[in-house]
Amino acid sequence: MMGTARLGVDIGGTFTDVVLEDDGKTYSTKVLTTYAAPENAIIEGIHQVCAKSGVAPTGIGQIIHGTTLATNALIERRGAKTALITTEGFRDVIEMRTESRFEQYDLNLNLPEPLLPRQMRYTVPGRLDATGAELVPLTRADIEPVIDQIAAAGYESIAIGLIHSYLNPAHERLVAEVVAEKMPDAMVSLSCEVSPQMREYERFNTVVANAYIKPLMKSYLSRLEDRLKGEGVNCSIFLMHSGGGIISIESAADFPVRLVESGPAGGAVFAAHIAARYGLDKVLSFDMGGTTAKICLIKNQTPKTSRVFEVARTYRFKKGSGMPISIPVIDMVEIGAGGGSLGSVDAMRQIRVGPESAGSEPGPACYGRSGLRPAVTDADLVLGKLDPDNFAGGSITLDAAASKTALNAEIGGVLDMDATTSAFGLAEVVDENMANAARVHAVENGEDLSEYTMIAFGGAAPLHAGRLCEKLGVHRLLVPSGAGVGSAIGFLRAPFSFEANRSVYMRLSDFDPDAIIALLTDLNTEATGFVRTCDAHAKIISEYKVYMRYTGQGWEIPIELTEEQAMAPDAETFKARFIEDYTKLFGRSVDGMDVEITVWSVNATTPPERVDPIKQVARKNDAPIAGKRQVFDPGTSDFQDAHVVLRDTMLDGAGVDGPAVVTEDETTIIVPASRAALRQPDGCIDVRTKP
Amino acid sequence: MSHSNVAYQVMWNRLISIVEEQAQALVRTAFSTSVREAGDLSAGVYEIDGQMLAQAVTGTPGHVNAMADAVAHFIGRIGRENIFEGDVYITNDPWEGTGHLHDITMVTPSFHHGKHVGFFACTAHVVDIGGRGLGADGASVYEEGIHIPILKFAERGVVDKTMVAMLRSNVREPDQLIGDIYALATCNEIGHRRLIEMMDEFTLNDLTGIATFILDNSRRATLERINALPRQSADGEMTIDGFDTPISLKVKVSIEQDRILSDFTGTSGLDKKGINVPLVYTKAYACYALKCAIAPEIPNNAASLAPFEVTAPENSIVNAVHPAPVALRHIIGHFVPDTIYDALDKILPDLVPAEGAGCLCNFQVSLRPRTDAPAPANAVRSEVLTFNSGGAGARPEHDGLNATAFPSGVMTMPIEATEHAGPVIIWRKELRPDSGGAGKQRGGLGQFMEVGAREGHEFDFQAMLDRVDHPARGRRGGQHGAPTTIEQDDGTPMRGKGKQFVAHGRHVLMAFPGGAGYGDATKRDPDMVKRDLARGYISTVSAAKDYGLSAEDIAGVLAGVARGDIV
Repeated sequence: MMGTARLGVDIGGTFTDVVLEDDGKTYSTKVLTTYAAPENAIIEGIHQVCAKSGVAPTGIGQIIHGTTLATNALIERRGAKTALITTEGFRDVIEMRTESRFEQYDLNLNLPEPLLPRQMRYTVPGRLDATGAELVPLTRADIEPVIDQIAAAGYESIAIGLIHSYLNPAHERLVAEVVAEKMPDAMVSLSCEVSPQMREYERFNTVVANAYIKPLMKSYLSRLEDRLKGEGVNCSIFLMHSGGGIISIESAADFPVRLVESGPAGGAVFAAHIAARYGLDKVLSFDMGGTTAKICLIKNQTPKTSRVFEVARTYRFKKGSGMPISIPVIDMVEIGAGGGSLGSVDAMRQIRVGPESAGSEPGPACYGRSGLRPAVTDADLVLGKLDPDNFAGGSITLDAAASKTALNAEIGGVLDMDATTSAFGLAEVVDENMANAARVHAVENGEDLSEYTMIAFGGAAPLHAGRLCEKLGVHRLLVPSGAGVGSAIGFLRAPFSFEANRSVYMRLSDFDPDAIIALLTDLNTEATGFVRTCDAHAKIISEYKVYMRYTGQGWEIPIELTEEQAMAPDAETFKARFIEDYTKLFGRSVDGMDVEITVWSVNATTPPERVDPIKQVARKNDAPIAGKRQVFDPGTSDFQDAHVVLRDTMLDGAGVDGPAVVTEDETTIIVPASRAALRQPDGCIDVRTKP
Repeated sequence: MSHSNVAYQVMWNRLISIVEEQAQALVRTAFSTSVREAGDLSAGVYEIDGQMLAQAVTGTPGHVNAMADAVAHFIGRIGRENIFEGDVYITNDPWEGTGHLHDITMVTPSFHHGKHVGFFACTAHVVDIGGRGLGADGASVYEEGIHIPILKFAERGVVDKTMVAMLRSNVREPDQLIGDIYALATCNEIGHRRLIEMMDEFTLNDLTGIATFILDNSRRATLERINALPRQSADGEMTIDGFDTPISLKVKVSIEQDRILSDFTGTSGLDKKGINVPLVYTKAYACYALKCAIAPEIPNNAASLAPFEVTAPENSIVNAVHPAPVALRHIIGHFVPDTIYDALDKILPDLVPAEGAGCLCNFQVSLRPRTDAPAPANAVRSEVLTFNSGGAGARPEHDGLNATAFPSGVMTMPIEATEHAGPVIIWRKELRPDSGGAGKQRGGLGQFMEVGAREGHEFDFQAMLDRVDHPARGRRGGQHGAPTTIEQDDGTPMRGKGKQFVAHGRHVLMAFPGGAGYGDATKRDPDMVKRDLARGYISTVSAAKDYGLSAEDIAGVLAGVARGDIV
């Protein structure tokens, strides 16, 4: 019989993280990702956690899997031979983008190439109008010669994206029918199914991305199932999706574009779970690794979501330099700021950091692998935040002299600063960059960060989180244990869920309750259906959301509705809900303007896992001090003696005043002079402003 | 209290972040299509004497210098002694603001602990400002809408209700205009709050120290760039369609010690139509062009902009003075960079692109129920404005960008959204093969558009297109881009500019111009020629004629496409 252990697997760019939970205990491991056959790393990881836990592979009852494979295939353009079939007159939508330049001052700017070059984009006649009515019919006779051409060219995967198909799928379905007859082996993706939202550029790009990675992901997922069976693992496999829930392996194979960014989504779910444990309604999750930092707002223990995001940014993580994917996604800001991000001085004699990264080869200068340019890790070392003899559990001895040489060469020499001041400058700039990203994200969401608690995870986050809190006026920081494999743990906390969206315009002055009920019922059936394929019996909750704006504006805001507000709709309630949220976001409402709804959304989800709140403790005693070291204090711009505490020796309620460093194998928590740290019963280190 | 270099570095970053945030707040709340889609807005922070310290990078370079100069005008008009905490100032003066009445600029003084420390300013294009509406038809600025001189919109926190009532009764969309004015005021307020947080965090009493740091470093960096250039001058010129008669733009660019002077002497005089340009707008585009070429990464502020000096004779078309009509000043303004580059290329070869489409390919469709026969009951009146781009000029090392705006940073609207805005049908919007000028580097392709109305409607078509008679000129042996064409589907010819009637059932067919080529086409990498042919950027005819591709190679490329080869 099947066991009760649950396994979370996160395939990242460098490491594959595997976490096994059994009987309330957690075992984890990190193995190097095996690009050619990613399932190999998973099997290796399973062997390791099974050995650690004493659970046999047959004892695994459920696997939740998240992966960057879909993202990487898009970034590295390793997808299938794919054709797009679109409406005559609109062959170049995915190439013409928004007709703008994302960087205004670069005369040599080049725009990212579309996933499919022009000769792989075919057109058919037929046209719908903005009400979904047929302007020009589309017949089989129109379609057949086009499919014959595509078949002759040997395409493996076909994307179908026609104008206004989000309102009426008939033409897209007819094309799909002819494809199925003439090319039975080809995989087909329809824009009216993958992303039924208005805005042809985003929708077409999303269906093309789905088609492009579908053969690859389908083949990977079926290989994975086979390999696991070979190991005696016969349980169900589920996939983490970008919206922070899990779907069946079949749904994942049909809509692989929904797997993009599933790893970071797991991190947000992880943070949300910690938030629930502490009863925190306003949390900022901060995930900082080697090359990027990700920031997400988590309100009421639910990560904020969005309908569209950009993947594969090609130009300094700049907005507009990637490709838009319109799927439900956890809304995160990602900036090029990680431990490996490199510092330099620009023409204005300003210190700049990232997004260029030293990566793992050559790595920061202090790794002693012939890296000559200073990275954030070099600054951290020079400022005393890292112990050169105890980095990554002592596996690498860091060379502070090399860091100083690199800092002097790139920064100190240019700005006439010593190595310490250069390191301080570099660290302040990277922290300020992250703080600015967090501030802008908060303002865009009408939030005041001073009421927030930060939850930090990822290798570099605990080194910078304390300073970030000071800059943001955030008074409490939690650093959970297991932070190094946070995403994989997050997978195990995620509900089964599926969000269905559709674009349909409606002004409140033309409010049509019957149409609304029909539309939402339809979306609810679709979303619930996906969840049912994961679990035939679980209770399913439906969450209703509409996107609204004043008529004449271009930016809609999400309005959450209760089931009653959604299914017994009236215009006054919708308007009141809109005015309430609009005022919160922008400070005031606008009199005299009509309001319109643009997008409708239903998220079907199993109830969140019940979380037992922990009994939080106050400081009972002082943690044992393992030593002292000099750590740079930004407040006084000088080194100060800091207590060193080993995380493993901190008991519940043990505390230490900043300046202090709390060390463990995976990372180091810096407690600034303004803060004090305390161990909570679940192992979190709780860092708060001193009274 | 003195601050460390590191602290000032952080503060400079913060100020740039503050103005970007200020601009984002506007994009999300503004009602004007050109603000939210085209980024036609700006936001900046200033020290107490009105010197700009940081400015948001938005979709339009047209506000670059205008914003830098604006606050000084406000200080002069309001009078220092009349600046109080809680004040908000307003203007839409084309000469003291940003070039036409449709742009509203608002300025808010910032006070910290009761002391005046600086200013925030922002500008946005509003939907309507009364008068004849946005178009070139006014004979003077008096016909183009209501003029708001520099005034207090609010004094010590109290809004001037008389002004609001006056404005409301002079425009077509009063709720939207007043909504946008409040959005501008709020956007300054957001910037102000963030500035005060920063001043508290760093215990600043004033902005003197940080202002000196920013301006000194920017000035030094800009002058280093300028002084590394050869001290030469060169002439540039170009001719464009204009409204009724062609317009000649002339400039002499002189690189001198510590400054670059652009002198537009010799340029055509004022036009009767509202396509004239206040000098402030000419300066913005001239400066933008030079900064892109010489100092692209230096942020805009008073010191980094000051060395770029621009002069033009009064009442030439690029220095229109009151009361010249200026509503569509963007058309000529968008050609200023290509004019500057014509001169700069003679001093600094292999740096600047060949000519591109230049001005945006915009048009407005005024739809109404058909009048030639009974209209259906559901026919409506509606105004639909769209933004579109031709091809950009080829660069020394890169092809021109296809259907991408330059110098403007406009974004187009999705056609699905446009068709929701009114009973218009966009039948075609795709790349225009063979429109990019041939060259070692090919010019960017223009695009085809075809526009009609839903059953039961007819419309007036307000065209704002140029380059019908004056296509983009190639550089260093590169060929010209294709010119603009416009006609109806029954062959009825149309003009590039002005309002024209389109009867029920007719479509307007347009081909927007391509960018010009750079260098000799026969020197183009044959693999790139084959790629262009496979993609259909060029026809078999052009591949053979312009690039000398053999019949055998052409057949090979076409066979590869049929096989689905990835080229």
